[in-house]
Amino acid sequence: MLNTLVKQVDPNMYRYDEFDAQFVGERVEQFAGQVARRLSGELTEDQFKPLRLMNGLYLQLHAYMLRVAVPYGTLSSKQMRKLAHIARTYDKDFGHFTTRTNLQFNWIKLVDVPAILRELADVEMHCIQTSGNCVRNVTADQFAGATDEEIEDPRPLAEIIRQWSSLHPEFVFLARKFKIAVGACEKDRAALLYHDMAVQIVKNAQGRIGYKVMAGGGMGRTPYIAHVMSEFVEREDILAYLEAVLRVYNQDSRRDNIHKQRIKILINAIGPEEMRKRVAREFDEIKRAGTLQLPQDELDRITAYFAPPKFETGLSDEMPEAGTDFANWVKTNVSKHRAPGYAIATITLKTPGQVPGDATSAQMDIIADLMDQFSVGEVRVTHEQNLVLPHVRKKDLPAIYAKLKELDFAAPNAGLITDIIACPGLDYCDLANARSIPIAQTIAKKFENLDRQHQIGELKIKISGCINACGHHHAGHIGILGVDKKGVEFYQLVLGGSGAEDASIGEIMGPGFGEHEIADAVERVVNVYIAQRKDGERFLDTYRRLGMAPFKDAAYEKAAA
Amino acid sequence: MTKLIKSGAYAQDVYAPVADDAALPDGPVLVSLARFHKDRDTLLARNTPVGIRLQSSENPEQLGQDVHHFALIALEFPKFRDGRAFSWARILRTRLGFTGEIRAVGDFLYDQVNYQHRVGFDAWEVPDNFTIEMFNRALTEMTNVYQPSADGKKTIRELRAAR
Repeated sequence: MLNTLVKQVDPNMYRYDEFDAQFVGERVEQFAGQVARRLSGELTEDQFKPLRLMNGLYLQLHAYMLRVAVPYGTLSSKQMRKLAHIARTYDKDFGHFTTRTNLQFNWIKLVDVPAILRELADVEMHCIQTSGNCVRNVTADQFAGATDEEIEDPRPLAEIIRQWSSLHPEFVFLARKFKIAVGACEKDRAALLYHDMAVQIVKNAQGRIGYKVMAGGGMGRTPYIAHVMSEFVEREDILAYLEAVLRVYNQDSRRDNIHKQRIKILINAIGPEEMRKRVAREFDEIKRAGTLQLPQDELDRITAYFAPPKFETGLSDEMPEAGTDFANWVKTNVSKHRAPGYAIATITLKTPGQVPGDATSAQMDIIADLMDQFSVGEVRVTHEQNLVLPHVRKKDLPAIYAKLKELDFAAPNAGLITDIIACPGLDYCDLANARSIPIAQTIAKKFENLDRQHQIGELKIKISGCINACGHHHAGHIGILGVDKKGVEFYQLVLGGSGAEDASIGEIMGPGFGEHEIADAVERVVNVYIAQRKDGERFLDTYRRLGMAPFKDAAYEKAAA
Repeated sequence: MTKLIKSGAYAQDVYAPVADDAALPDGPVLVSLARFHKDRDTLLARNTPVGIRLQSSENPEQLGQDVHHFALIALEFPKFRDGRAFSWARILRTRLGFTGEIRAVGDFLYDQVNYQHRVGFDAWEVPDNFTIEMFNRALTEMTNVYQPSADGKKTIRELRAAR
């Protein structure tokens, strides 16, 4: 429900023109036709599957799940209200923000899908390529356009990549899914190095802006950190370069074993040097053909959509005082903004006890109001399943905090031990071996005490309910992997991973813990860190210094007793 | 049974598929890559069109300049999920400048025909119940495209610039 006191604000973000609108509209009708053919029995489930997946529709344990693309995590308040409306009308009154910065609805009826897609198209949204073996939703740094750390806003390039990859005829039946992320600073908030392909906006020695391209990162059962493909690709060549990487992948990837078909497997089989050679050759050919250059005026045209909002000048840059709770929240959830008097506010969807990433339609509506009132109508979805108000005045932070408290979204825990990533797990997913959500809830409850959380400091726990690693457990400072042992759920600990600029793959500790033991095991691991840490060390730093042994000893000690 | 669609209409398939160990009949033939390697000189000396059928793992670039001897290159989809032939067709048209017939054969879906058309296929071996009307519809469900391919179609970016 739109609060009548709140005026809807249209943020500076990409807007569909008549071509985009027609494209999405026709795609909706095309998919409606495919649904009709499935319902009539003309298409078998086997034939329908890749078609529905290409449009974000999964068949889960209990129902169809529809995944809505949130390109580079940017949403307007109007879109947020539409998502709330869809949750209320077609689902069980909630939605789930994912690690791909999308939003998924878990209880959808197949017959309703065309109507939902039409509603989404009304607010310039779609489900194109949110699953299937194609280029997925492009993600970006959630602080894009708001942080002073970036060389430039990465979203215009992400939008250009979104358009180029939409129904790309050569790359919609790839060997496996293909995920691209874009970043623009040394600080990596988008897990670039865990992507099939990542673009980092960089400046070369002459001060020219261009792109560093990496490929072959990934989670899943065989985690890899991406390799650099090119240190510097000129602006106008970027699409040609990305097309070259995809073409080599499409041609040369294995197709005989679904677990060995991601680009990371190809690159690590032939070696990064050989991959770079093959890509360079394709790149030369594509450049020579000359149809894929990105002209500067096109880049400028797209960039104009993302122009920074008009920031007020003369604002005080002091953080307002509003009590201890507020101060605690500011400490973890408020980040430096590029404009004086402004801040970036992270809303963690992780109040201990909550399902990570879930929001009810009522909560979405109120967040939409907050967006309009305080953040130029805009919000970002993060890969850590949180939301970000990118442009808020510092003086408004106490009011925002008070409203979030009412919503139960005011947990002062961004980056702390209770800010947990968890996949939907066995509660929803038909691939899962174990539940993730209850484990996340138990751990969050165990560490609920705020003083203790702050004392522990930055510690990223990431939980996956199976080896596919949707909960990013390889990249967790503490990762947890659910496994099934003869029908019983067990949880393995994985330590020392990172999805940031210091990316590393976590190391498996050993045999798993039972569902009632895992939270205690995590606590014993954390206690080792508290006892052993040296000045200023994060958990990850202490782990890197000490290695697995002391943590392993502690974790199994009491479990065996 | 299957039918051939070419230039938007049903067409007669004049090529005789020849097994690797069978004798070459008179008239246009369709052979495998292995057969072509074995009988290259004989095949090229014949005064009749030769077609080659490539499996999805066979990159047409390995044909080198021989590619221009073929009147037909049939690209196989062993399973509709195997999308390698989309790249092979694109390379044939854009890089190798192949102007003969590129035919889609094997297991593909109605929903892939438009993508095939875009990357350079111009002939389709389809099941009997696949009508010309379906074919035309497949090509017109999506009016515009975001990226260049082998069909030379104006991209949305170009259409925007021309407004």
